[in-house]
Amino acid sequence: MDLRFTEEEQAFRREVRAFIDAELPRATRERLAAGLGPTKAMTVDWQRRLNARGWAVPHWPVAWGGQPWSAIKRYILSEEMQAAPAPAPLGFNVAMCGPVVIAFGTEAQKKRFLPRMANLDDWWCQGFSEPGAGSDLASLKTRAVRQGDHYVVNGQKTWTTSAQHADWMFLLARTDPDNPKAQEGISFLLLDMKTPGITVRPIVTIDGGREVNEVFFDDVRVPAEHLVGTEHRGWDCAKFLLSNERTGQARVGASKERLRRLREVARTTPGDGGVPLADNPRFRTRFAEIEVQLKALEMTTLRVLADENRALKERKPNPASSVLKIRGTEIQQAISELYVMAAGPYGLAAAAADADTDALPDWMALAQGTYFNWRKQSIYGGSNEIQKNIMAKAFMGL
Amino acid sequence: MDFDLSEEQQLLQDGARRLLADRYDFESRRRIMAAPPGYSPALWAAYAEMGLLGMPFAAADGGFDGGPEGVMIVSELLGEVLALEPWLATVVLGGGVLRHAATREQRAALLPGVIAGTTLLAFAHTEAQSRYDLADCATAATMQGGGWVLDGAKMVVLHGETADHLIVTARTSGSRRDSAGISLFLVPAGADGLVRRGYTTADGMRAADITLSHVKVGADALLGSPGAGLEVAERVVDEAIAALAAEAVGAMQASLRLTLEYLKTRKQFGRAIGSFQALQHRAADMMVAIEQARSMAMLAAMQVAETDADLRRRRMRAVKIEIGRAARLVGQQSIQLHGGIGMTMEYAIGHYFKRLTAIDTLFGDADHHLHMLAEAGGLADAA
Repeated sequence: MDLRFTEEEQAFRREVRAFIDAELPRATRERLAAGLGPTKAMTVDWQRRLNARGWAVPHWPVAWGGQPWSAIKRYILSEEMQAAPAPAPLGFNVAMCGPVVIAFGTEAQKKRFLPRMANLDDWWCQGFSEPGAGSDLASLKTRAVRQGDHYVVNGQKTWTTSAQHADWMFLLARTDPDNPKAQEGISFLLLDMKTPGITVRPIVTIDGGREVNEVFFDDVRVPAEHLVGTEHRGWDCAKFLLSNERTGQARVGASKERLRRLREVARTTPGDGGVPLADNPRFRTRFAEIEVQLKALEMTTLRVLADENRALKERKPNPASSVLKIRGTEIQQAISELYVMAAGPYGLAAAAADADTDALPDWMALAQGTYFNWRKQSIYGGSNEIQKNIMAKAFMGL
Repeated sequence: MDFDLSEEQQLLQDGARRLLADRYDFESRRRIMAAPPGYSPALWAAYAEMGLLGMPFAAADGGFDGGPEGVMIVSELLGEVLALEPWLATVVLGGGVLRHAATREQRAALLPGVIAGTTLLAFAHTEAQSRYDLADCATAATMQGGGWVLDGAKMVVLHGETADHLIVTARTSGSRRDSAGISLFLVPAGADGLVRRGYTTADGMRAADITLSHVKVGADALLGSPGAGLEVAERVVDEAIAALAAEAVGAMQASLRLTLEYLKTRKQFGRAIGSFQALQHRAADMMVAIEQARSMAMLAAMQVAETDADLRRRRMRAVKIEIGRAARLVGQQSIQLHGGIGMTMEYAIGHYFKRLTAIDTLFGDADHHLHMLAEAGGLADAA
């Protein structure tokens, strides 16, 4: 057992930091450091810089722009980006659709889509959830009917993140409604968002944000060559997609960065009794408690990474990986709560869109909105309750 | 970065696991617990024979040189079976003081017996007023005629009743809660003026309250430099926290295993109760807590030898917090998921619950360490 990073890994970390310092635009770093999300242009710009360096999709096969790296080196890159903070490469492209196309797609699909995904020439969105199909994803009803060399898609998707920015969507649609098994008879399709018959309507979330949408399909024609994998076997693609890159979900680097910033601002934020918040015993205790939980999560992440570093055949299903989504989201939510506590009454002034927030520091103005918004974390990507169902079944035989 | 055991460590683990599996079923444990000395001398001799008792000691001292990882492996296995033997008291605590403070001559006089299983040690530090504060030491040692005279009282000395030697913290200068001025003394259990009252602790282990009335020891009883004992005591307690973390992981893993077996076999409403989602999610919570605790036990093993004492203390506090929280959750949920049967003395799970509760309490519970860590400004390196 040895917790230390090798000299090569440490040298790589320095190389990543130097790259970020040289390449990350100041405006992007400042916006993210304030707690705001990156604009679309910032994300595109940053991913293209990463791609030029060969670092946008390190986990892909080398032939498609990946790097022959260990899981630990990939983790170092992602941790340093979260710490900077820099925008993450677009997950829909690099972590979700890309790996599915690599694993299940045709050569023509790979050639056409992968380079543009890696360079963020196409912005992808995910068409999975429907009004009637959330945790029970396999009950989805959107239909795709084969007519000649096209599928004709009708139905509705929801919670579609950044559909308003998207050039393409990967979606699950039912192609065989007569199959009694819900998971069978679903296909995985790639859809050009400019196709006639698509309507995107924003859903305003409780923080006032407009990141998710409803997407309606009215006789949308998808060329049959945009089917990925076998017709009716789209569930295989979906399962594969959802099992990828679990260590990213823990977002340890991002949580560290949030705590570091909170520690800083707490020094100059008024607490009770005329002493700075940083000296308030309740604040200190809650802060330390989260730090401890995050330390444990970091160790669990490293354990899963060390496991992913092994040859595939030597790997055993690791219950530690299920912990990452659950604890990772709980810790991020706890940090967002601590920001609300830190902002105190001033945080109230900023929640409304018409409030004059110029007088407040950004972190204070954003505290409540972020807290509201981050309740999504324990819901998306398979809610934490679904994760527990999976654990009960896969690791405990219940 | 590497979390795998070496081949040697793997062999050690396999051997010790076989020994314990053969000899430490729940019924045997009940018999061992019921009769004096409250642990199994025969098993203790078997541990010695396997080399387990030499685990943390240097090869030059006749030890196994297994380091904190070796201690972690053994402690976890002992936790799985709720072993009653004085491993923590003799090897980790007593042995730890000798490793860090004793001279070569003192080690040569004691360690061969410890490693062979013929010498038992105990570490006497808790006092009526001290709670978890190692610096709060009222027991006094005064120089007299070239030797030392000790007066005071110690409480809850783990396995203090059967130890051949007690390692006692005593104040040689300063006032009650000063961090300087505490010294460590090796006191033969049979010394005149030393009285021990042994008892079974809440978790079924043994401990003793000890009074020292004008106990005379020689100049060579002093371990380490006079007045500098606190630093050694803290270091040894941190090692004990690392060992307890691993023991807790073993005990929690066994608790989860027992609980899952019960969930799969116990039927109500015509089906195994493990098919109910409310119970499945509690079991999943247990597993999450155990995995996080395992991560912290590994962190402890890898960082307890950190030379920066302040950094080491903070990290071991973090370990103890996470372990204590996990131990409480797993212990409580194990009982709840067993229902009524979990409340009975005849059933194993309650004994795991009690040991897990003791592990949280020993050397400071989660709330104590959280308070101390918060006061110290947090972990810092995690943020």
